[in-house]
Amino acid sequence: MQTPGLVDSALALLVRDLKLGYRRLGELANPLVFFLVVATLFPLATSPEKELLMEIGPGIVWVAALLSSVLALDTLYRSDMDDGTLEQMALSPQPLAWLLLIKTIAHWLVSGLPLVILAPLVAQAFFLPADAMPAMVASLALGTPTLSLIGSIGAALTAGLRRGGALVAMLVLPLSMPILIFGARATDLAMDGLDVTGPLNLLAAIMFLALSLGPIAAAAAIRVSLD
Amino acid sequence: MWTWFHKLSSPPHFYRLSASLIPWFGWLAAAFLIVSLYGGLVTAPADYQQGDGFRIIYVHVPAAMLSLFIYMFMATAAAIGVIWRMKLAHAVAVACAPIGASVTFLALATGSIWGKPMWGTWWAWDARLTSELILLFLYLGYMGLRSAIDDTNRADRASAILALVGVVNVPIVHYSVTWWNSLHQGSTLLKKGGPALPPDMALPLFGMIIGFMCFFGAVALTRVKREVLVREQNSKWVKDMVTSK
Amino acid sequence: MTFMEFLNMGGYAVYVWSSVGLTVAVLIINVITARRAVSQELERLRKRYANEANTGASQ
Repeated sequence: MQTPGLVDSALALLVRDLKLGYRRLGELANPLVFFLVVATLFPLATSPEKELLMEIGPGIVWVAALLSSVLALDTLYRSDMDDGTLEQMALSPQPLAWLLLIKTIAHWLVSGLPLVILAPLVAQAFFLPADAMPAMVASLALGTPTLSLIGSIGAALTAGLRRGGALVAMLVLPLSMPILIFGARATDLAMDGLDVTGPLNLLAAIMFLALSLGPIAAAAAIRVSLD
Repeated sequence: MWTWFHKLSSPPHFYRLSASLIPWFGWLAAAFLIVSLYGGLVTAPADYQQGDGFRIIYVHVPAAMLSLFIYMFMATAAAIGVIWRMKLAHAVAVACAPIGASVTFLALATGSIWGKPMWGTWWAWDARLTSELILLFLYLGYMGLRSAIDDTNRADRASAILALVGVVNVPIVHYSVTWWNSLHQGSTLLKKGGPALPPDMALPLFGMIIGFMCFFGAVALTRVKREVLVREQNSKWVKDMVTSK
Repeated sequence: MTFMEFLNMGGYAVYVWSSVGLTVAVLIINVITARRAVSQELERLRKRYANEANTGASQ
């Protein structure tokens, strides 16, 4: 029997993870609902005034996106760790880092992409001007994959642990702060009608760095968790 | 070179070596710290802008430098541990974390004490202070991950990966925070290293830095001794050494 | 310069002396906890080996 190539195995894994995601829609929806609820809390906690909400809106969208992406990490490796799928992946002829990258991409498609789509809705509630909307969506589209990739390392490090929840947040959040800074600032700049290519380029650069190094670190971490 | 490396990596040899090095580091640290603190607090002239308040830098700057140095040192030890599967290197990395966290806390605390008379507030979202705070979070995450994993071998490797990921992140964090801050307020207040310090101000500062380094050496080696004892408790040499006393 | 002037630190006494005090405290606590960790571990091992020697001899 011939072993499937990198592309074939990637496609098969992507389809499998997306199918599994489709079967657990409820579980996947939780972080999205969380995103909306967190965003709702801020006007209640501060004030419904338009000026204030406009001022803090981009930051709130980004903080809520960051928290919800950390919350979604629980579903990334947990079930595959429990039923032994990850062990099979580690033993398969394909590089583990490659397979984990595909898993992370599938995870982003079901958890990060919906955030990018939902965000304009939330931004509307914070009176974000329409001109700033493309910049915000672009920053989220470039930033949330990095959040998933960094989160994948954190999830891999804690995959074998029983009490992983708060620990994952503690590991991942400090590492994610640059994304938060550049993402929120891009939206801020767009609201003032300024050039946003600077922060967007930086977000893209960090994303490529995370794409190249993140899966290697995650694979090493999964191997530790499997022992 | 390699025989030296192998000899160093043997736990009994390292244990004896550190036992003989600790007093040297310790007394050097004490001497440098006492003399330089005297130099910094007494003989150095007052700053023409900040008066005697500037003397806080004699404890703040060494702490801030050491906090970053220890993280780099810890990550290097972790990398050696992962690449050459050297258990002793992991023991060194573990020993660094609490010292690094406490020194980072010290840098934050003295920085904010300095900020009160100079800026008028205990805390400012200044780039240096903020990245120092994130560094503290990285240390706490490292220690949290270790304490969550029971098996020493697994904890070693998992925390090493985290330390290495953190090292890639440290320059990005620093750069992003600087950029973030420069948009909000000109960092005119905190332009360090502008005019070079005159020698009678600079010498005590160098002395303090050397003293802090020696202090780190002494405490880290002491902590490594403890780690080696725990890890080698089933070996003959530890048993012989403990029972023969 | 008198000793009182030195203590006063040009009006910055509270800030300077609290920084120095905190630094000294952190350094000393580090030294003490590290040394105590070693001696406690040695003590624990001594008991453990003694225990093993006793049970080994009685069997």
